[in-house]
Amino acid sequence: MLHLPLVRWGKPYESLDKTQIVHFETGEPIATVSQGIGGIVRQDLLKAKRARSVLRDISTDELLKRVKRAGELYATATLPMGDGTQTPDEFVRQQSASTGMPENMCRGNMEKNRFVLVEMENILTALTRGLDLRVLGRGYGEERGVPVSYQAQTPVVGAVLPSNSPGVHTLWLPIIPMQIGIVLKPGSSEPWTPYRVVSAFLEAGIPGEAMSLYPGPHEVGDAVLNGCKRSMVFGGQETINKYKHNPAVQPHGPGFSKIFLGDDVVDRWEDYLDVIQESVCKNGGRSCINTSSVWVSRHGREIADALAQRMAKIEVRRTTDPKAELAAFTTPRMADAVNQMIDVDAQSSDCEDVTARYRSTPRLVKQERCDYLLPTVFFCKSPDAPAANKEYMFPFVSVVECPQKDMIHRAGPTLVCTAITDDASFKLDLLEATNIDRLNIGPVPTSSLNWLQPHEGNIVEFLFRNRAYQTA
Amino acid sequence: MAVATNTSSLDAKIKKAKEDLDAHLRETIAWHFSPDTGCPFWLDKAKELKINPIKDVQSYEDLRIFGHFEDEWLRGGPLNKWIPRGLEGKPTYVFETGGTTGIPKSRIAFDDFRTDYELFSHTLPEKYFPKGSNWLMLGPSGPRRLRLAVEHLCQYRGGICFCVDLDPRWVIKLIKKGWHEHLEAYKDHVIDQAITILGAGHDIRCMFTTPKLLESLALRLQQAGSSIGKVGITGIFSGGTEFTPQWNRFAHEELLDGAYMTPTYGNTLMGLAASGPSTPENNYKITYYAPQPRAVIQVVDFDDYNKPVEYGQTGRVKLTTLTKEFFVPNFMERDEGEREQPYDKYPWDGVSGVRPFHVLAATTTVGVY
Repeated sequence: MLHLPLVRWGKPYESLDKTQIVHFETGEPIATVSQGIGGIVRQDLLKAKRARSVLRDISTDELLKRVKRAGELYATATLPMGDGTQTPDEFVRQQSASTGMPENMCRGNMEKNRFVLVEMENILTALTRGLDLRVLGRGYGEERGVPVSYQAQTPVVGAVLPSNSPGVHTLWLPIIPMQIGIVLKPGSSEPWTPYRVVSAFLEAGIPGEAMSLYPGPHEVGDAVLNGCKRSMVFGGQETINKYKHNPAVQPHGPGFSKIFLGDDVVDRWEDYLDVIQESVCKNGGRSCINTSSVWVSRHGREIADALAQRMAKIEVRRTTDPKAELAAFTTPRMADAVNQMIDVDAQSSDCEDVTARYRSTPRLVKQERCDYLLPTVFFCKSPDAPAANKEYMFPFVSVVECPQKDMIHRAGPTLVCTAITDDASFKLDLLEATNIDRLNIGPVPTSSLNWLQPHEGNIVEFLFRNRAYQTA
Repeated sequence: MAVATNTSSLDAKIKKAKEDLDAHLRETIAWHFSPDTGCPFWLDKAKELKINPIKDVQSYEDLRIFGHFEDEWLRGGPLNKWIPRGLEGKPTYVFETGGTTGIPKSRIAFDDFRTDYELFSHTLPEKYFPKGSNWLMLGPSGPRRLRLAVEHLCQYRGGICFCVDLDPRWVIKLIKKGWHEHLEAYKDHVIDQAITILGAGHDIRCMFTTPKLLESLALRLQQAGSSIGKVGITGIFSGGTEFTPQWNRFAHEELLDGAYMTPTYGNTLMGLAASGPSTPENNYKITYYAPQPRAVIQVVDFDDYNKPVEYGQTGRVKLTTLTKEFFVPNFMERDEGEREQPYDKYPWDGVSGVRPFHVLAATTTVGVY
């Protein structure tokens, strides 16, 4: 059976502690994974400076070429994987088998990662607003006749990665080409993407001394977050709350992404059902960029009803089925708990589970070793309804009735907001709204990201400080 | 033939150890349940349970008549209820455990900690723990048995023990409050003191410390171009559920720089359980053996605490302490592990793979210092 060791600055390390990754449906072992301990991370971080140093020895242009090559290898090559190898098809099957994501979605995420790696030069040009990337490595330079200096705030970035959402890895991919090392703690059931990307990086000539992988228990994640001067962490709302005031940690969690239909277009709501459905259902509804609520001043019941009729047709299919749209809940009792929370909300007189009318089975589908939750559409009479601003790891959406003038401030923190409106005044208010991160004006699915734009803060600003630099 | 002889010899040792345990048990019971020598708590408990332990308890298995020792009994006073009449008037120590919030659990002691650590002293290899060498006690201090016990161990071996203050209750509060910066600052404060003492020309060669502090000390020394070995430390004993085979391997391969380290298992109620060999040859497996007959470790079924699991199987750790100072039958530890076979050096059951009891693990803060 495949074994994934720790990777300590490029060198494999087989731990005495190992866990097994099993197929979510059959329980069949897929791989064993060495488990790190906090001490190993802390010990290795004593050499963190070396990671940046070896990357600075390679020019940015050359690094970008290697990253681009890594993107192609990641998507197409048979790559070393632990003590074995892995083809792209095996990657998709293994990721699907351990996470419960349908294979078509795994392929979709794979393509997303490939795109970001291959297009890295354009992405970094966009994120740095056209800065000569050599400035990041050298530390200073001149742009449009003005001296500039950027100081790296850390030699390595730590990332505590999720288990259940293979779509988020694009966020850490730009780190290496900015000549900063990576210290990754893969999720327990999704080690596949970080291992495969690191393998592709190595094959493409990125020095191993710049990359570490430490699968393991929570204490390993804590060691990564506490030991790196800049880190990313993926988790639930609790994780966000824990780190939101820590400037060294960029937390990523629920997005509470939303669609607003302005008063000027809401009477033509049928025109936007496709955009809404795609925003809710893409990638199994598992992403922070999936829409979790639709805000309208009127027609809420009709919109919820129409969406419910469409989404109630989505059914559980095998992960190998190209038409599969739902991911399994592989953690025992998680789907039961979510289902129970939704049922509690449904008892409120301000909420209605509209999909219940159109489903012939209960929302919760229990199978021998995993569960599914069927797509669910709620109607909420007002933003005060208990289900008005909830986010779950499956296609769930609330259609919330709210006067347009109150939408922005009642919506709360919103990662992606698609506002369908031509109302100039509303658009101006949306542009000024600091509770909205990514803003789409017009019928753009919230799940459709432009990678040339910053996401939850610009990673360049997170890793570099723009400061003064003068010479005599 | 040799194997047969060895097996037969081990069987004989196991049998003898059990006989010694039962004889020691009867003696201990006679002491604690005699009105002339016993303590008020146990004399009252026998009346409450309507039992006559001196008659009813003839072997270790008979201890089940006491049910399980509830550690809540150790919270609050008067502490005198635990003092055996036969020891009244002797200088009395109180050792505490827990107490981050609320009333800590307390036990009385007279000489047990000295006896236990003297017994343990004989398990330490002279090569790495040379007699007459000075020690550093880098672990929890305050009202804890460990601080005095390690100092006694050092003195028993002819050395002088240097100590650093460490308040684990404050550490637990820092963790629970999420005050990571304060936690790091406190750890640095402790390590600063250790580094200062180690560099002050006191010829310290042995040390007790915890896994977390050992790691912090070693990394700090490495950053300064030194190491545990280079500052002169040759022998370390340490303990706790964080002392796993993988951590032991990591420490030996990357932290100790040639120093010897042995794992131990114990708490305020029990003595100190030493470990069998933990080496690369057995993948650093750690197996603890209680200092029988003064204390007994059993690995019991999660659903029936009177039933030992089979060898190699997993169960909860049950402790029994049998000294004249303190009688603790059937105490269910907050740990689980695998039952291990007796062997020549320790011809009674051991426990390996000790880790927090899975039912309590989520609510227990471990490895805090």
